[in-house]
Amino acid sequence: MVKQAKPNLSVNIGSLALQNPVMVASGTFGYAEEFKGLMDLKKLGAIVTKTITVKPRPGNLPPRTCETPSGMLNSIGLENPGIGRFIKEKLPFLNKLGIPVIVSIAAEDNPEEFSTLVRQLDKINTVSAIELNISCPNLHKDRLISQDAKETFALVSAVRKLTKKCLITKLSPNVTSISEIALAAQDAGSDAVALINTLTGMSIDVHKRTPKIGSWIGGLSGPAIRPIAVKMVWEVYNKIKIPIIGMGGIMDTESALEFFIAGATAISAGTVNFINPRASLEIISGLEEYMADNGILKLSDIIGRLKACED
Amino acid sequence: MKSFQLKAKILSQTKIKDNYWYCELSAPEVAGHALPGQFINIRVSDNFDPLLRRPISIHGVSGAKIKIFYEVVGKATEILAQKKKGEHLDVIGPLGNGFEYSRIAKKSSNRRTILVAGGMGVAPLVFLAEKTKFNKPLVLIGAREKEQILCSQEFKTLGCKVIIATDDGSLGFKGKVTELLKEILSESQQISKPENIYACGPQPMLKAVARISCENNIASQLSLERHMACGFGACLGCVVATKSGYKRVCKDGPVFSGKELTW
Repeated sequence: MVKQAKPNLSVNIGSLALQNPVMVASGTFGYAEEFKGLMDLKKLGAIVTKTITVKPRPGNLPPRTCETPSGMLNSIGLENPGIGRFIKEKLPFLNKLGIPVIVSIAAEDNPEEFSTLVRQLDKINTVSAIELNISCPNLHKDRLISQDAKETFALVSAVRKLTKKCLITKLSPNVTSISEIALAAQDAGSDAVALINTLTGMSIDVHKRTPKIGSWIGGLSGPAIRPIAVKMVWEVYNKIKIPIIGMGGIMDTESALEFFIAGATAISAGTVNFINPRASLEIISGLEEYMADNGILKLSDIIGRLKACED
Repeated sequence: MKSFQLKAKILSQTKIKDNYWYCELSAPEVAGHALPGQFINIRVSDNFDPLLRRPISIHGVSGAKIKIFYEVVGKATEILAQKKKGEHLDVIGPLGNGFEYSRIAKKSSNRRTILVAGGMGVAPLVFLAEKTKFNKPLVLIGAREKEQILCSQEFKTLGCKVIIATDDGSLGFKGKVTELLKEILSESQQISKPENIYACGPQPMLKAVARISCENNIASQLSLERHMACGFGACLGCVVATKSGYKRVCKDGPVFSGKELTW
């Protein structure tokens, strides 16, 4: 019997080469150290950090999470130690892993803060890519940058000038047309788009007649949002040329495959990390198995290969 | 501190009464590292509703076994109670920082440690009583009525003195367990004043224990309960306000010094 070649899972996101297309989503993986001992971190395609801001942020009023049908709401509010302490206290552990580190960043008040952060991160060799979180729903803003194509274009253009590192723009599903925003990010020079961030939602304790989370409104994640995410990835894939990092309720290999077939070049495991810390590694081996079983040698052979329904 | 994710076999599952269940799991790695006040995070279902794990405090350890004592309060614990002997549960643990008791002097006289339990708060305190039994702790158990007084026999077997308080007076002291605590402290002589108070129970009780301990200049350690998404410090969902900012109940706690909390 001819021994089959091992399926090739490597993919490129702009200048960023990944050993496999399975990453972990920002905000669901801390700074990776929290998962030490529960899984082999070196096997991941890449790690996206919890979002960093210029100054430390204490985060939002608790309670910050609640469970919903097949999902959860969160309003953490970007609690983070600020860029200075992140570089000093969190980055050294990430550097030791030998896999790409993608640093997620956000501005609290002024979009200028993105430039401040990018300037600092650009100088650090071990930072492989920067994810622009312009879509966090938990900052108590009336409108997000990612809800306006012009603002998205302006922001991405401004930071593009400051770095040659791979830039990923994270998009919000809370919009009328996500492909319009994706196009703006592409036109401004983003190397990739990541979608989707959480959907805004609310849950009420009927006995107390209070919201279940302290900020009233939070971001919905988990399998409940997966069909929305898959649809948005498919829609964006048909409009843009840059790679898509797909996410939203991925729990296992099958749900990850939905995103690849819809058009994602890579995927992120998110909420599932809380429930099964090993899920991302199970997805990596599951993808290898799927490819071997179906005679697929390169992952790119299934990306965006969605066919019409058969009779 | 090291945690493990494993499939723990259910060795026994017994209904104690009403909605209260006692369960033994085979989890050698967890049992080998578990300390009183720590918890395990249980996935009760392979599908995604309920989605999240449920944190349950460790009630005791014996060899490779961990014991849990829990109340059916919702969908997830209902599913848990239906699991039979021989089935496996996906468990992560031991998690969190437990009670600090190494400083309780072995030679110190009896009853210098007080454990205050409200309702299901007895669960982790039985484990603590076992580890501190040389000190013969004084245990105060409170509940709304006598049917909800749990584990008093377990504490007595360990050599503890148990005093019960019920809101309706159906058993023991009539009133809140914290009123009982206050009375006991006001009666105790300066010379035999308790040195440590440990508590687990509903938040209003814990707040009162913290205040009373502080007024009497006694160190208190309180085990908090919060809704958690991950249980191991990643999501930052279960925070509580402290003098040094928000702290994660799952990772920095669930046990906190009463002085540290600003709630």
